Amino acid sequence: MVRTMTGAQMVLKALADQGVEHIFGYPGGAVLPIYDEIFQQDEIQHILVRHEQGAVHAAEGYARSTGKVGCVLVTSGPGATNAVTGLTDALMDSIPLVCITGQVPTHLIGNDAFQECDTVGITRPCTKHNYLVKDIADLARVLHEAFYVAKAGRPGPVVVDIPKDVQFTPGEYVGPSNVRHKTYRPQVTGDQEAIRAAVDLIGGAKKPLFYTGGGVINSGPAASQLLREFVRLTGCPITSTLMGLGAYPAADKQWLGMLGMHGTYEANWAMHDCDVMICVGARFDDRITGRLDAFSPGSTKIHIDIDPSSINKNVHVDIPIIGDCGHVLEELVRVWKARAPQVDKAAHTAWWKQIDKWRGVDCLKYSGKDDVIMPQLAIQRLYEHSKDKDVYITTEVGQHQMWAAQYFRFEDPNRWMTSGGLGTMGYGLPAAVGVQMAHRDSLVIDIAGEASVLMTMQEMSTAVQYDLPIKIFILNNQYMGMVRQWQELLHGKRYSHSYTEALPDFVKLAEAYQCVGIRAEKPDELDDAIKEMIAVDKPVIFDCVVDQHANCFPMIPSGEAHNNMLLGEGVSDESISEAVSEEGKVLV
Amino acid sequence: MNAPLPSTHYPAATGAQSAESHTLSVLVDNEPGVLARVIGLFSGRGYNIDSLTVSETEHQSHLSRITIVTTGTPMVIEQIKSQLDRLVPIHDVTDLTVAGNPLERELALIKVVGKGEKRVEALRLAEAFRAQVIDASTEHFVFEITGRLNKIEQFVTLMQPLGLVEVSRTGIAAIGRGQEAM
Ligand SMILES: Cc1ncc(C[n+]2csc(CCOP(=O)(O)OP(=O)(O)O)c2C)c(N)n1
Ligand SMILES: [Mg+2]
Repeated sequence: MVRTMTGAQMVLKALADQGVEHIFGYPGGAVLPIYDEIFQQDEIQHILVRHEQGAVHAAEGYARSTGKVGCVLVTSGPGATNAVTGLTDALMDSIPLVCITGQVPTHLIGNDAFQECDTVGITRPCTKHNYLVKDIADLARVLHEAFYVAKAGRPGPVVVDIPKDVQFTPGEYVGPSNVRHKTYRPQVTGDQEAIRAAVDLIGGAKKPLFYTGGGVINSGPAASQLLREFVRLTGCPITSTLMGLGAYPAADKQWLGMLGMHGTYEANWAMHDCDVMICVGARFDDRITGRLDAFSPGSTKIHIDIDPSSINKNVHVDIPIIGDCGHVLEELVRVWKARAPQVDKAAHTAWWKQIDKWRGVDCLKYSGKDDVIMPQLAIQRLYEHSKDKDVYITTEVGQHQMWAAQYFRFEDPNRWMTSGGLGTMGYGLPAAVGVQMAHRDSLVIDIAGEASVLMTMQEMSTAVQYDLPIKIFILNNQYMGMVRQWQELLHGKRYSHSYTEALPDFVKLAEAYQCVGIRAEKPDELDDAIKEMIAVDKPVIFDCVVDQHANCFPMIPSGEAHNNMLLGEGVSDESISEAVSEEGKVLV
Repeated sequence: MNAPLPSTHYPAATGAQSAESHTLSVLVDNEPGVLARVIGLFSGRGYNIDSLTVSETEHQSHLSRITIVTTGTPMVIEQIKSQLDRLVPIHDVTDLTVAGNPLERELALIKVVGKGEKRVEALRLAEAFRAQVIDASTEHFVFEITGRLNKIEQFVTLMQPLGLVEVSRTGIAAIGRGQEAM
């Protein structure tokens, strides 16, 4: 069925046909025809942000918490350049987005026209793919392709740049079912032989370990279920990256906590000592591996990933399986059940005994204080008060992000939104806006740092406009704490520009935004204040004044090996010496 | 336990593998920006381009063939191939070097200016190398030469003392041996 309509109408029609319900955006000259169409329909709700970076992060939060493609609409020139940080963030964390940008009319392209920029040129390296649509005849196809490319294979952001004249031109609309991409067909099912080999290898392992990542979340909730089934079938311990939290329940006894630079003692030691590593949807990022030549030196490695370029990029693996985590896990479960390998029970028992010793170090222990709130305590209390609720957590970037990952416990996928790959300060607040837009009745909390949150604070105004009762829980240490920590440990305590001299009064700021401001300064105020925050049905900025000098431990200084962790003050030397085996002692 | 802090917090470079030269043939949609994607990938990720040629080879289907000669460790070469393959408008990436000793040819246009002995010597060498004279006056020649990289390099070197003033080269076009096609 062909229908004639203008380019701008086509945009709305294509979005509706793709099942889009919400689009985050900001108007401007080059997208006015599209905004005019938005005005004249009510199928798709437009959420007006306060900065285009906010629109992209909101769409990321929306996408990550729903599994749908997030949608963004911005104008040419500064609208597009403001979106670049968000697009890069989405690329690094494999978040499916479609971002429509307005462009100056075709005949002005290349003339340095007002608000012209080379959007496809600028966004080429920070998108999975991008298009400049110069001909109305291509528009509908390109829009549908954009959705396909954004979510197929390893997801990512796609930009569609539409010159203003094309938005006015009438053309023929084609529906999504008539569009099939010429070339792009990622492999989703894993190679059977490799799957069998993996089952045999895991079956024969003495010290196996699962290492999972954001790919499991991206694959959809079924993948997390299959992961749980497979991990329980095999009886192996499991750790995950920052991006993978929630795929496996934190309450489960096989869960070791997160690994990597600020991962747990048990997860990192298990990674170092394991003999078979099963990597599912993770990419051996440098925050995970630390020193490459000392990374899990004795293990045979299985790597399941939908992106062939992730295989053997940083670390050589023995059994690569290219495919979608969900599909491959399903096959692994099936083949495991069929082959019913006899695992070495004695070896497993010994492995778990060793793991329990590492757990005994209690690496997340910290020394509390009576008169100041420790940031770790704040997260623990926040967790206690929200764990029985339908809760979604976003974060900014810094120490608070790592403490959130360590002390908040995630039982389900899609509940944890954080900027992992790019580490974008200012991600969490707009991401919370996006999450809350998709889950109106849920409790959405941005665990924030006072420095990060100022980068996109203006989106509070968006939250107020759309009645989104997001909770901004600021661990206020007055420092760019993570920067201060590195300066303390690696730059002779020269705290160059990491202290913020003039912070706003966050409670008054909340009031200025017409939302609720709450402050807690002493440990004994904390519980009531958190309860109050949760009870308020409005956006809240919570100024949690915390210890200014707390550091985030454990820490593997970058460039170091996993058995070279720095531990916090709360951890006793005795517990460490008990946990390290004789061979281990030689190493440290 | 808490070992002394490293003097640097930057991870050490990965162990040395030796670099190899590979010739890749990449089939792409001939659409705007596709070459920029390929080149951007190489510059953005720090890969080498030793030679690059591109032209539409299948007009009906608007396909272009890009031939890239690159050097890298085996791990890097594998990365380059899978990174290329991941670009959306790319149809196919073939490593001709892995398939075995591909046929590689380059064309060069070489301008030599001179008189007397040198001019005669230039012409004599051109004949020996089977270079064609495609433009001439009493004081110059333009030679067209096709062949393997070495042959062209050698010819250019020989022309240097004989009045070489300008060289234009196409870069390498390559194809696999035998009846098998890409
Ligand atoms: C946009 C951006 N700029 C700079 C950085 C570098 N950076 C990483 S953490 C950090 C400090 C964050 O401070 P804050 O938000 O207060 O969090 P804290 O570490 O104190 O918990 C900085 C500056 C970054 N990640 N993102
Ligand atoms: Mg701070």
